[in-house]
Amino acid sequence: MNLRRKQNGEVCIVLSGAAGQGIQTVEHVFTRIAKDSGFHVFATKEYMSRVRGGNNSTSIRISERPVKAYVDRIDILVPLNDNALERLRSRITSETIILGNEKYVRGEKNALVVNFEEIAESFGNKIYENSVAIGVLSGIIGAQEEALVKHIAAYFSKKSEDVVKANVNAALKGLEIGRTLGLKFELTPSEEVKSHYLMAGYEAVARGAIAGGCNFISSYPMSPATTVFTELSRLSKEYGILVDQAEDEIAAANMAIAAWYAGARAMVSTSGGGFALMTEAISLAGMIETPIVVHLGQRPGPATGLPTRTEQGDLNLVLYAGHGEFPRVIYAPGNLCEAYELTAKAFNIADKYQIPVFVLTDQYFLDSFYNVETMPDVKIERSIVKTDENYRRYEITESGISPRGIPGYGTGLVRVDSDEHDEYGHITESAEVRKKMVEKRLRKLNLILEDTVPPKLFGPENYDYLLVAWGSTQLVLKEAVELLNDEFGLNIALLHFSQVYPVHPSITGFIEKAKKTIFVEGNATGQFANLVKLVFGVNTDERILKYDGFPFSVEEIVERVLGVLGELRKGDE
Amino acid sequence: MFDPKIYDIPGADIAWCPGCGNFGIINELKTALAQLELPPHRVVIVSGIGQAAKMPQYVRAHMFNGLHGRSLPAAVAIKMVNPELVVIAESGDGCTYGEGGNHFIHTIRKNPDITNIVHDNQIYGLTKGQASPTTARGQVTTLQFDGVPVDPFNPIAVAVALDASFVARSFSGNFNLTVELIKMAIKHKGYALVDILQPCVTFNKVNTYQWYRENTYLLPDNYDPRDREWAFKVATDTSKLALGVIYMNPDKPVYEEQLAPYKTDKTPVALRGLEV
Repeated sequence: MNLRRKQNGEVCIVLSGAAGQGIQTVEHVFTRIAKDSGFHVFATKEYMSRVRGGNNSTSIRISERPVKAYVDRIDILVPLNDNALERLRSRITSETIILGNEKYVRGEKNALVVNFEEIAESFGNKIYENSVAIGVLSGIIGAQEEALVKHIAAYFSKKSEDVVKANVNAALKGLEIGRTLGLKFELTPSEEVKSHYLMAGYEAVARGAIAGGCNFISSYPMSPATTVFTELSRLSKEYGILVDQAEDEIAAANMAIAAWYAGARAMVSTSGGGFALMTEAISLAGMIETPIVVHLGQRPGPATGLPTRTEQGDLNLVLYAGHGEFPRVIYAPGNLCEAYELTAKAFNIADKYQIPVFVLTDQYFLDSFYNVETMPDVKIERSIVKTDENYRRYEITESGISPRGIPGYGTGLVRVDSDEHDEYGHITESAEVRKKMVEKRLRKLNLILEDTVPPKLFGPENYDYLLVAWGSTQLVLKEAVELLNDEFGLNIALLHFSQVYPVHPSITGFIEKAKKTIFVEGNATGQFANLVKLVFGVNTDERILKYDGFPFSVEEIVERVLGVLGELRKGDE
Repeated sequence: MFDPKIYDIPGADIAWCPGCGNFGIINELKTALAQLELPPHRVVIVSGIGQAAKMPQYVRAHMFNGLHGRSLPAAVAIKMVNPELVVIAESGDGCTYGEGGNHFIHTIRKNPDITNIVHDNQIYGLTKGQASPTTARGQVTTLQFDGVPVDPFNPIAVAVALDASFVARSFSGNFNLTVELIKMAIKHKGYALVDILQPCVTFNKVNTYQWYRENTYLLPDNYDPRDREWAFKVATDTSKLALGVIYMNPDKPVYEEQLAPYKTDKTPVALRGLEV
């Protein structure tokens, strides 16, 4: 099977151009038109760390079936400037149509000239070029005129009436052209998709936080995690959220902990480099047994690394962050529903156990979106007690959890101390008290284990081969597993962990059942595989790793799994 | 007024040396709280690390004794979440101006309604006598054997430059003045800095009780703390250190009051949804 050949009922469109050229505009408006026309949509972007120039691209899958993963395949490539093609050469095949202004598509094998610029000028201004492009693409996929007009008008609604009208007319001209190009992408729309919502990873995290009762965010902007921060700021009036852009990540994390202390439900959103500054605060949270929720959108390190790219390289960072020994929980959602649910859960679990809880995402996850029907129901579980005169913040209990009061709620005094302390929170150097307090804090692990989210199995239950993965790779692997089973006759399943610490103990049973287990991770050392080996003593030596800054594609997983399993490729190329 | 004893913690094992300026400040703080009739459960004392930062350990009130240099971010957050609490960030010169220097600058910019008491003994006490940001150039310490090679940080001048809404300096040996300034700072709506000069009898043999008496002066009656240029002159003249309210700009917007949740509802975010 040729993985890069045109698939029935689906089209993959890639837009490529310089930063600031409007690729984002086309992506935003076109995907909404497609969704409102009844097509399933998946989109992801990759961009350079610059405000202008360079080359960025966005990959959009439009399908009659649900699509939720990145593929390398390009059916239609729309270059918007001179250097738009070169970085994408490896993804261009003999079937890829290169569509656009003559000056950019000239000399390409399957060039299809549509002069967006000229058409835009005929409506009065070259600036309408993006609307023409949106129209042409809408025509190609058979989108509805009504949806096109609605979304073009909505996008430009802040401009003058004349500008809106010109954009709509330019787009309609594009639509007409697109319909008559003779490209055969027969997609059957579904009525139910029209009522779906196009949601990006960052929205799922932000909305999940709100669903979990988040009412305080302090952060310092850092790609790719800024989008979550921005979304919560945008929604702050509607949901009563205190928003603070802190002077640095040290302040942000200390503020979030103090906010929990005072009775808020607080989160920080950062990336690896920013989190590096927060590690002292994680240790503080551990000692004063005050919750904190950390959203960490991973990007490649070390240091500044690749600021706008993706990686799963910071599991060890959050696993070992903070000096001293104390419990923690790490979630790594694999899809939008999990991101929503687990971010909400992060607040409940942080509150219940008075510990740091992490939500690990990455650039690929945060910047990708697809259509969803609904989000799961979540409840806010607030674990605050009203204090009285005899209140002891660090009361020794069987579970290890001391009832948590907040200042100003009841008559007790809430005294927390970063030094080792007694039950009242008073500084102590007693060896006996120290021992009791260490044990009390660690005792919480027993209950935390009971709350661990089990892994999900995708594919056949009686598998020969097993892929193990965590976080944002879930949907790419799920699609790859379906292909490997359906097209290549393998008997392979995917075991996906959306909680990576503590690791659910069922993993050993799943691994025992497999002839071969392959860990798939977006990092260079197999951090999760190493953790599993450390905790359970099982063999995790077979690994597929990627660390070039780009996400796994469905095709790459298929090929690499076949490579590892020594299967002969069936199909051409 | 209340009895200052209500803020006592019976049996507290106080870690300060005999003669330490901190003893003066703890009495001044308790007296100020008592005169303002603030019940312990309305007051949160937030501190960092150092001998000064042990203050909340010995004062009966809510306590957030966090990390070195971080008293201000924590105090700002607590005030944001529950503006009904009286929030006092209290730490030393090393903690506030050194490790926490960035927070000092940006907290002043935000202007939250908190009181920032800094125990300024011009030395590192807890770590045994190294230079602090306010140690004089040339002073020999347990680490700077040939004398401190840099100019000291001038917190008062920096605060005035940042247009802090309340800037005062006191001396722990002047009981009445310190009580009065702490009270004014707590009552002031907005960020209020009280830099309190205090001797470290163990590690700073230069800035002694006698040195402070000889090198400080009370601002005259005709002094106008709203005159920023005058305040700059006073703040930058280090030949003698002025005591009193050096600068105030009470018209600045208060940080937390401008935030989204408080635009239409004054209920503290902390208490929303709880059965009060």
